[in-house]
Amino acid sequence: MTQSPPLSEPTRAVRKVHKPSLGDRLAEQIPRLVVSPTMLIAVVFIYGFMIWTVVLSFSTSRILPRYEFIGWQNYQRLFGNERWMVALTNLGIYGVLFVVICLAIGLLLAILLDQKIRAEGFLRTVYLYPMALSFIVTGTVWKWLLNPSVGIQRFGRELGFENFRFDWLVSSDMSIYTVVIAAVWQSSGFVMALFLAGLRGVDDSIIKAAQIDGASRITVYTRIIIPSLRPVFFSAIIMLAHIAIKSFDLALALTGGGPGYSSDLPAIFMYQFSFTRGQMGVGAASAVIMLMGVMAILIPYLYSELRVKKDDR
Amino acid sequence: MKFQKTLLGAAIAGTLASGSMAGEVEVLHWWTSGGEAAAIAVLRDMVEEEGHTWTDFSVAGGAGENAMTVLRARAVSGNPPASAQIKGLEIQEWGDLGFLASLDDVAAANGWDDFLPEEVASVMKYNGEYVAVPVNVHRVNWMWINPEVLASAGASVPTTLDELWETADQLQEAGYTAIAHGGQAWQDATIFESLVLATGGPELYSRAFVDHDEDALTSDAMREAFTHLRRVTEYLDQGAPGRDWDQATSMVIRGEAGMQFMGDWAKGEFTAAGLTAGEDYLCVAFPGTEGTFTHNVDSLAMFEQRTEANREAQQTMARLVLSSDFQETFNQNKGSIPVRLDHDMSTFDECAQASMETFLATSQSGEGLVPSMAHGMSTTSSIQGAIYDVVTAYFNSTSMTEDQAVNRLAAAVRAAR
Repeated sequence: MTQSPPLSEPTRAVRKVHKPSLGDRLAEQIPRLVVSPTMLIAVVFIYGFMIWTVVLSFSTSRILPRYEFIGWQNYQRLFGNERWMVALTNLGIYGVLFVVICLAIGLLLAILLDQKIRAEGFLRTVYLYPMALSFIVTGTVWKWLLNPSVGIQRFGRELGFENFRFDWLVSSDMSIYTVVIAAVWQSSGFVMALFLAGLRGVDDSIIKAAQIDGASRITVYTRIIIPSLRPVFFSAIIMLAHIAIKSFDLALALTGGGPGYSSDLPAIFMYQFSFTRGQMGVGAASAVIMLMGVMAILIPYLYSELRVKKDDR
Repeated sequence: MKFQKTLLGAAIAGTLASGSMAGEVEVLHWWTSGGEAAAIAVLRDMVEEEGHTWTDFSVAGGAGENAMTVLRARAVSGNPPASAQIKGLEIQEWGDLGFLASLDDVAAANGWDDFLPEEVASVMKYNGEYVAVPVNVHRVNWMWINPEVLASAGASVPTTLDELWETADQLQEAGYTAIAHGGQAWQDATIFESLVLATGGPELYSRAFVDHDEDALTSDAMREAFTHLRRVTEYLDQGAPGRDWDQATSMVIRGEAGMQFMGDWAKGEFTAAGLTAGEDYLCVAFPGTEGTFTHNVDSLAMFEQRTEANREAQQTMARLVLSSDFQETFNQNKGSIPVRLDHDMSTFDECAQASMETFLATSQSGEGLVPSMAHGMSTTSSIQGAIYDVVTAYFNSTSMTEDQAVNRLAAAVRAAR
């Protein structure tokens, strides 16, 4: 990756005659020089800190880092903690629902928008707009909407449906689903944009050929268009999955992890244990588990990406 | 160049002229809301009057979480501020890390031991030396009542837990929200610790929350406290989860709810609404905890300084914090009471006077003055967090039994040690 591109033949020929001047040598090194600060920063602040976190997760660190090592104790504590298990279960529920619903809604919207309708540009912007908001804003707005005493429930009751109930936000069993609702609202427009780009890339002639062969519209979509969107599905899943694992601000603004800790997520758990509860060791251990979660998604992705490139050659 | 030299000379001369006295104190705190900011500005003026420089280092938000994160970063990089708002057992944690400076000289010169209650002084000491200075005392086991609401429901002010449920029933029948509450972990824990104090008394309370004794944590009184806690949830409105405490207080102020269980910082909300203690609102001890005092003491811990001048400034500030003048104005603004037992309370309102009376009585008899668990006075942040988790999980669950709750409580405390 960092190697400079091979010099073209004529340059080499010249080099054999003249000693390379200082300017030439500098020019050769410039790409490396320019890239190296970024490289260094990435190595120290991303990979260095990852390693530091792993080290801390095996230490007795409490309010400050401390380097006495206790083996796997922090991990044992972590997995003995009821709250962590709740957070992991929530991540499972939230992650799967978030990704699946976003894909379904995004694909549906994209297909509908792709029907050569009027005002497509306007509609596209409408659906894409939620992405321009930060998760904190989304969380706060949905908190008001979902709050039974001011939001949708009250609206329903004022319309005359006296027994209308929509109190997921304040129910321990259902609160995690409100996070899914808000997250889907925010991200499905983005997925739509991805799919729309994919749909535009499908070769028209194949579709026309299929239509001449008598394929119905539904068959065209299910047998030709959607399968050809496979790479889009792939990138969308990767992006959504790691948004899900990193989720912190949305849940914090929407439910604050509550009621109780019923809508806790690993990122909130990590933050609280590391920074407010003086259990940096356990917090670091939870961060490492999250990192492993992200890697479990990224490694197959990178692997397949690199393999595809090799095949192309 | 010449100008710079002159400037440097002037600076040196200036420093010499004022002797080794003029130092700088940098104070990290999160007293940033209106009344609080005004309260701490008084200290700033007093410090500056003594000829030192005050560098304000306020970090708002998150009940001090943000400030603590900044403090850790500063401490790790070897450049902690002169003083930081640290309280309770966290003082011991910072002491263990070797960051804190001794205040014993100022303490001895000003006779701190004479007017500070032993219970409070022991929290301020690390290894027998003063390392922090108390700023104020909050009483946590208060109940705030809207007397009009109670009167219109035909209810009377409860003094025992049985009476509390009676009153709550009456309020609910009359169509009020009986208990104004915000469903956040610390608020759930605030009610829970008062319930433990009511069912088990101060002795069991200390065994459970200070010594973390397993038998006390799984005792019958603890179970009973959990039963009562479940009962509290029956009297809340649907909007309670996640609500901030001041919104709950304003429900009492507006007459939507009858009562709230909250520490005396709630008084600030009543005062801001222009209400008078004893007339428009009542402050009474949490039912069944009369004569006991759950204290929540804010304090400033002092960090080891590099220069003699800064050390001097730091010690001066510590002395000023406990001066009668500062105690008076700060606590008038903050809603708490002075930490000095010899303070004249005549200018304070009814609630503060009642609070001081109990504070004096309990600290002299040595019985009934207990540190607040919910506010980090009795446990380290990790054990406190573990208790929070169990209490709030129970509070928001309909299926967890009292037995499960006490067992999980004991297990969580053991794991967090």
